[in-house]
Amino acid sequence: MNKAEFVEVPLREIAHARAGDKGNRTNISLIAYDARHYDLLVEQVTPERVAQQFAYRKPSHVMRYLLPKLAAMNFVLDDVLDGGVNDSLNLDMHGKALSFHLLAITVQVPVAMQVQTTKETA
Amino acid sequence: MRQGKNTETLAVGCGAGFSGDRVDAPGPVVRTLIERGGPAAIIFEMLAERTLALAQLARKANSELGYEVLLELVLRPILADCLKHNITIVGNFGAANPRGAAAMIHRLARELGLRVPRVAVAEGDDLSSVPCRLIVRNALEGGLDERRFVCANAYQGAFAIAEAITAGAQIVVTGRVADPSLTLAPAIAHFGWGENDWDQLAGATMAGHLLECGAQVSGGYFADPGYKDVPNLDDVGFPIAEIAADGGCIVTKASNTGGLVDARTVKEQLLYEIHDPAEYLTPDVVADVSDAEVAEVGPDRVRLTGVRGHPRTPTLKANVFFDGGWLGEGEISYAGAGAEARARLAMEVMQSRVGRDLPLRFDLIGVMSVLGDDTDRLLNATRVGAATDVRLRVAAKHEDAAYVDRMLRELTALWTGGPAGGGGVRVAKRQRLSLKSCLVPRERVPATYAFV
Repeated sequence: MNKAEFVEVPLREIAHARAGDKGNRTNISLIAYDARHYDLLVEQVTPERVAQQFAYRKPSHVMRYLLPKLAAMNFVLDDVLDGGVNDSLNLDMHGKALSFHLLAITVQVPVAMQVQTTKETA
Repeated sequence: MRQGKNTETLAVGCGAGFSGDRVDAPGPVVRTLIERGGPAAIIFEMLAERTLALAQLARKANSELGYEVLLELVLRPILADCLKHNITIVGNFGAANPRGAAAMIHRLARELGLRVPRVAVAEGDDLSSVPCRLIVRNALEGGLDERRFVCANAYQGAFAIAEAITAGAQIVVTGRVADPSLTLAPAIAHFGWGENDWDQLAGATMAGHLLECGAQVSGGYFADPGYKDVPNLDDVGFPIAEIAADGGCIVTKASNTGGLVDARTVKEQLLYEIHDPAEYLTPDVVADVSDAEVAEVGPDRVRLTGVRGHPRTPTLKANVFFDGGWLGEGEISYAGAGAEARARLAMEVMQSRVGRDLPLRFDLIGVMSVLGDDTDRLLNATRVGAATDVRLRVAAKHEDAAYVDRMLRELTALWTGGPAGGGGVRVAKRQRLSLKSCLVPRERVPATYAFV
């Protein structure tokens, strides 16, 4: 990639996310603010990269479902909640905070496609 | 609500998204439904997985209890208006004792000087009886440990509730039903949908899915200052879904409240706790949102379309709770220069004195905590820094309370025997419930309703 044409940004700059739990499984949605970024999310935020980001929780399986009409994807990570809400010792036994761990992944965004977040325009 | 083959839109508001939700939230929802006119219902989802097991324990201790403890606080401000304006109330606030909840509603109506309301209970979820336990035993992987058994409940669907509404119920009290079924039920009763109207059932199911967590679709669990700003989050309004005869819906929220409903909030909640978007399983239908679309059609108004439905599965999910031993949590704070080093030393002391007999989870709040896992892989990989306000948390679980008690005594002893300047010790011990889920054949556990 040509450095001049791309800028590396955390996912949080171009997408938002929400985590939910069922038993020992978490699902984290990842939704592009701007549908034009959807393709680069598909290309760069692969199940492998997500598995790597959550490797310390030893997911037994990471599945990615694509929702192009919503410019969104849904990640399902198995066995990452230390047994889930009834067994985990975590303060956040639901794993609610994990969406922001996903959003810490960085992606390469073409300079021409950089979004103006509300923060930048404020 | 008029029943049967209506074509007019049905508005379903949400009054609560979990047990313990804000009791002042339903008021603005009911006011909005009244102003809007037209057929309407309000749902209360107040029964998380564990909430029901706790309610079962409460009922065992006192046979009149075991329903939602906030029920009276939630219904008192809105009951008269709902009855007067024909707004059907559907709630799983019956928990482990729907008939107890119904009796409470009758008491409340009497006290408020209202005409006797027509209250129905929807039942069939409780599988704790001996014959039902056999069904569960056969379905449960690893069998059923009778000594530790607390309760078993199947997730029932919408049709029994819908029948109760069609038969004239103004209020339907349920135990365990699938959360979206609370919304689907009044829609079935209103539109007269059949058992195989899969697309309509799926559409209204997803409307229910959007409503079932209360403010989570209208600005709650969403704000991220500078990125996702939410107006007046302190007064976030609860959602209303306007459901059409084809099952599609427009999501909006109570008038004159804070929060927001836009494409972003609806997308986040649409995918919340969903796994395969093509197969969202409920007792009523298999909903498919893989081609669903959302569109902003006005201020705080988002249309959901394109949900498809497929035939329901032959089984119902059941949750089985067991005594899960004890959880202990203790905390102590260190602040100022060297705080992180002192907190880490306290952690080492705990590991040395207790950790050999009992696996401990450590959090260094202010350094690394909730993102970590129970074996502290992330904490151990976190570089030692110089944080100046750190709270050490130690957590452990054991079947035998004595182990947990000892851990908490050791944590407390850090006050005098730990590193310098340690303060703010808090310890807590709780009984735990552990959960196993299984699938039971639906014909073995029929749903029923009765007027009470």
